[in-house]
Amino acid sequence: MFENFTAETLARIQFAFTISFHIIFPVFSIGLASFLAVLNGMWLKTHDETYLFLFNYWKKIFAVAFGMGVVSGIVMSYQFGTNWSVFSDKTGPVLGPLMAYEVLSAFFLEAGFLGIALFGRERVGNKLHMFAVSMVAFGTLMSATWILSVNSWMQTPAGYSINEVGQFVPEDWWQIVFNPSFPYRLVHMVVAAFLTTALVVGAVGALHLLRRKADVAARRMFSMAMGMLIIAAPLQILVGDFHGLNTLEHQPAKVMAMEGHYDSHPEGAPLILFGIPNPEEKRIDYAIQIPKMSSLILKHDLNAPLAGLDTIADEDEPPVAIVFWSFRIMISLGFAMLGLAIWSFWRRMRGKLYDDDWLKRAAIVMGPMGFVAVLAGWVTTEVGRQPFTVYGLLRTSDSLAPIAAPAVAVSLIAFIIVYFFVFGAGTYYILRLMNKLPTTSGVDMNDGPIRTAEKQIIETIHVEHKSDDQGEDRGILIIIYLGHHYHIRRTMLCHFRWL
Amino acid sequence: MFPSAKSEQDKSVMMNTIAPVWDGNETWLVMAGGGLFAVFPLAYAVIMPALYMPIILMLLALIFRGVAFEYRWRTVRWKPVWDFSFFAGSVIAAFTQGISLGALVQGIEVSNRAYAGGWWDWLTPFSLFTGCAVVIGYGLLGSTWLIMKTEGELQTRMRGYAKWLGIATLGFIGVVSIATPFQDPAYFHRWFALPGSVFSVLVPALLALCTWLLFKGLKHDKEAQPFLASLGLFVLSFIGILISFYPNIVPPSLTIAEAAAPDSSLKFALMGTIVLVPLILIYTAYAYWVFRGKVRPEDGYH
Repeated sequence: MFENFTAETLARIQFAFTISFHIIFPVFSIGLASFLAVLNGMWLKTHDETYLFLFNYWKKIFAVAFGMGVVSGIVMSYQFGTNWSVFSDKTGPVLGPLMAYEVLSAFFLEAGFLGIALFGRERVGNKLHMFAVSMVAFGTLMSATWILSVNSWMQTPAGYSINEVGQFVPEDWWQIVFNPSFPYRLVHMVVAAFLTTALVVGAVGALHLLRRKADVAARRMFSMAMGMLIIAAPLQILVGDFHGLNTLEHQPAKVMAMEGHYDSHPEGAPLILFGIPNPEEKRIDYAIQIPKMSSLILKHDLNAPLAGLDTIADEDEPPVAIVFWSFRIMISLGFAMLGLAIWSFWRRMRGKLYDDDWLKRAAIVMGPMGFVAVLAGWVTTEVGRQPFTVYGLLRTSDSLAPIAAPAVAVSLIAFIIVYFFVFGAGTYYILRLMNKLPTTSGVDMNDGPIRTAEKQIIETIHVEHKSDDQGEDRGILIIIYLGHHYHIRRTMLCHFRWL
Repeated sequence: MFPSAKSEQDKSVMMNTIAPVWDGNETWLVMAGGGLFAVFPLAYAVIMPALYMPIILMLLALIFRGVAFEYRWRTVRWKPVWDFSFFAGSVIAAFTQGISLGALVQGIEVSNRAYAGGWWDWLTPFSLFTGCAVVIGYGLLGSTWLIMKTEGELQTRMRGYAKWLGIATLGFIGVVSIATPFQDPAYFHRWFALPGSVFSVLVPALLALCTWLLFKGLKHDKEAQPFLASLGLFVLSFIGILISFYPNIVPPSLTIAEAAAPDSSLKFALMGTIVLVPLILIYTAYAYWVFRGKVRPEDGYH
């Protein structure tokens, strides 16, 4: 299927494919790790069992997502060498130590404390367990910091010199780590991770609310997620704007492709909302545009001149169509997220957050959109800096490893088959975990007659036990959830043993 | 060792002995890639394309192995699938690591700062042999680990396996050790001329000591000793390889000094290593300590 491709094209497809799969999982586990830390902290602080219940519920989903992130991440740490060895030789002195720091200060932290966070509450006690959960969350954020520093250096290289064999040699580590685009990219990405996770948590909460409106745990999830959204969605748009201005300063060609500006506009550039890029004729067909708006956004002046791709040599131009579209997908989703945030905020202010079924349906539809937006954003920034791996200094075509095309074709096919199989299965298991909320069926435990509650829960266990293979597990969760109702717990345990 | 489990309970116990720490262990493998990239970028840039097929195979195998830890608890119907993927993934990862090591010992053709061979160069009888050696050696580590972490009938069976795997591992170490000096005249020289010949005496002596500790531990039903002695065998084997290579990092022609990153990179990386590695060792040791002792069927959060 790949007979006519060059080794370079194949290697690029392979890298794009493996990193696109990989990025999904860290985005989710960065957000989820912090969410778990908050849930566990709230449980310890308030002794409200709903938090503990949610912690145990999301913990399992986190474990599966984290596992997929680890194994797809190992691939990345070797693929620089296997397929981009010239790049590795030249940039290793600068990027290698940053990656080593990522492993040393983040991966080990996450992995070392993950076992305790997942399995160790009984063994180490609440305080140390909380510490472990926090370290996992901190580790995911550290990891994001280092890897985004690496990526940003490739976009906006600084603090280096070039030695006699053509390697980049570090001169000033401060400038390398805190290169010009790094702070913007880091904040943009971390907020994206929180936003994406909030959308997923919100969708799961909404799904269960549609089924059982009074469910305490589903309400808590939905409320927390929508709360996160109203902070993160507007913030992300603001951060994205700053990031865009930074890109305009350092990588103007990328912004030209994003905007679809083939031509220069000496007297104020229009904002092209939609259109079909026509690379042959170097113009945007059927463009719907707002005059001078682009200059206003990018230069804060209606009449500011903006250069177009006609000022860039053809061989240095990024592929416009891909960047143009991916950028529009990201932006539209960003505003859809803002819309959902405002809608839920308005409902909350009215005291009707849990009553609006259309809000819940919208939240479910938006559930996976964070991932789509993240992928679209990365496509924009990575395709937008082509044809370079190190911007302006090292071309992608000069970065390649001396591997024959058939070898890359074989490995690419293997990656495609294995990734769809393995990560397809994992995604299915995550969705199945999300689909089932082994909870309280909405009975308010503090007020309702205990006998009713008891009966209902025992029925739940019966049903769950028969209907799926994790009934046992669910029973335990319900017992934990009801921990403070001593006599219920006793009856429950009797029944449980009987089951 | 996984297929030797006689019951579902055995499988779960075996899995749970490493479930809390596998992720940390695999991070060392990421460190191997990242560390090589940081400290010896040229070696990284030469070795990875040379070992393209075994490395990619190893990565794919590790995917199957890694996800099995979680997946097998999430399904009933497909549990056998993920149990098999755990076993097969582990064996293939071990085999390809052994092949990579063997291919590296045989030497990698370098010209003009790049790998200059073809994409099947790694495949030789010697590298296939070292592949088998690592599979058997990891089997020994696995069985002795299970002796330490389990009890009862499962532990007794592992003692039986460990004995035979121990003998086989030593056989492989013996054959590879004899064959290695003949892969390259330089290796021969390093082992049989001073100062290398000092090690030629020392390393086998220590190997003999570990062997004695291993079999004595197995005979006297010691819990941890067989595992620690097996680890010793591995450490010594790697020291042996280092002696053969020195002063090269990629035989036959790329030296450690040539492949090393510039001083400014090494200094920066060293600072972090000095501070962070002891910390990592402390909390990794703590994690092992938290999950110390025997694993029982009722453990685990699943």
